[in-house]
Amino acid sequence: MGILHTVNKSPFEKSSLQSCLRYAKPGSALLLMEDGVYAALRGGAFEEPLKRAAADLSLYCLEPDLKARGFPPERLIDGIRLVDYGGFVDLAVEYDKVQAWL
Amino acid sequence: MEIKKFLYLNRRAPYGSGYAQESLDVVLIGAAFDQDISLLFLDDGVFQLKGGQDPADIDLKDFSPAYCALDMYDVEKLYVSGESLAARGLSGKDLLVKAEVLNDAQIRDLLDEHDVIFSF
Amino acid sequence: MGRGRPPIGYYRGQSVFTGDKIDMRFAIQINEGPYQHQTSDSAYQFTLAALEKGHEVVRVFFYHDGVNNGTRLATPPQDDRDITGRWSELAAAHGLDLVLCVAAAQKRGIVDEGEMRRLGKDADNIAPGFRISGLGQLIEAAIVADRLVVFGD
Repeated sequence: MGILHTVNKSPFEKSSLQSCLRYAKPGSALLLMEDGVYAALRGGAFEEPLKRAAADLSLYCLEPDLKARGFPPERLIDGIRLVDYGGFVDLAVEYDKVQAWL
Repeated sequence: MEIKKFLYLNRRAPYGSGYAQESLDVVLIGAAFDQDISLLFLDDGVFQLKGGQDPADIDLKDFSPAYCALDMYDVEKLYVSGESLAARGLSGKDLLVKAEVLNDAQIRDLLDEHDVIFSF
Repeated sequence: MGRGRPPIGYYRGQSVFTGDKIDMRFAIQINEGPYQHQTSDSAYQFTLAALEKGHEVVRVFFYHDGVNNGTRLATPPQDDRDITGRWSELAAAHGLDLVLCVAAAQKRGIVDEGEMRRLGKDADNIAPGFRISGLGQLIEAAIVADRLVVFGD
């Protein structure tokens, strides 16, 4: 089924998201969590790269982390599904393995 | 015990943090479990393999010789990202140990092929 | 896709992908200490959710600064979460195996009774529910589990 990639750092702080996008294969999933959720903001510098990535990857964002940081779902780029921790677990089950881009 | 394909993913430079050295400890201990082990050096992780490291003046331990001793533990599959090397002005000649240089597509395949990926 | 549907994961005990009761074995690796990074919090919430869904968590292995999650001597602010205490409680409730890497713990001064005697220390400080053991426990967990999930910074 592919890999569930997790990115937990802001792409403005670290290049982990960029590395993840370089190496993630079509059919895989990307979960943005912790500070990684900042990548998913509408109007942000990563809107375009993520929209392009959405053609090949299933994109998810951990809702508790987004809410913690003051952003409602409407501020997210289109095409990113929100999940809670239960959904994170479901994704980890559904995909073959989990790869953490720290 | 079943045999799984383990991939140790190294993305950090040595000395500025302790992840590189401590991740080597996992590799060495893990070698005793007869799994199928590969090491991948990506992003700043390629700096872990830079030859000629000399941390004496910062009073840190030079643990880089351990990379050369990995084959004694039957850990022989070392892979390095060509893109990460080039972006940092490095080439295969800079490395202290023989490692296969992979392009991006090969790295994607490598990640796919392994059962378990350790990140540090 | 998108915001019209309820977020997935809000259904307990079954996969929202297939509807089946899922029984998977997870190994969790935690690379950072409490409070300084969100790592231990994220790992805790994931572990809790996995247990609530009926999955098994084979082991939670604390490495690097993650061993600092295992000190008994922390006094969190009254109005903030008790990260160590929370792990101890979860371990007690579910029989979780919380393991601190011995080499990482030694360097950072997390000590159980055995280590205290072995190393000639005048105290031990390990929190309830945690134990100190070797890296082999991480490797073994990764072999036995269906999924290794790494939390770090």
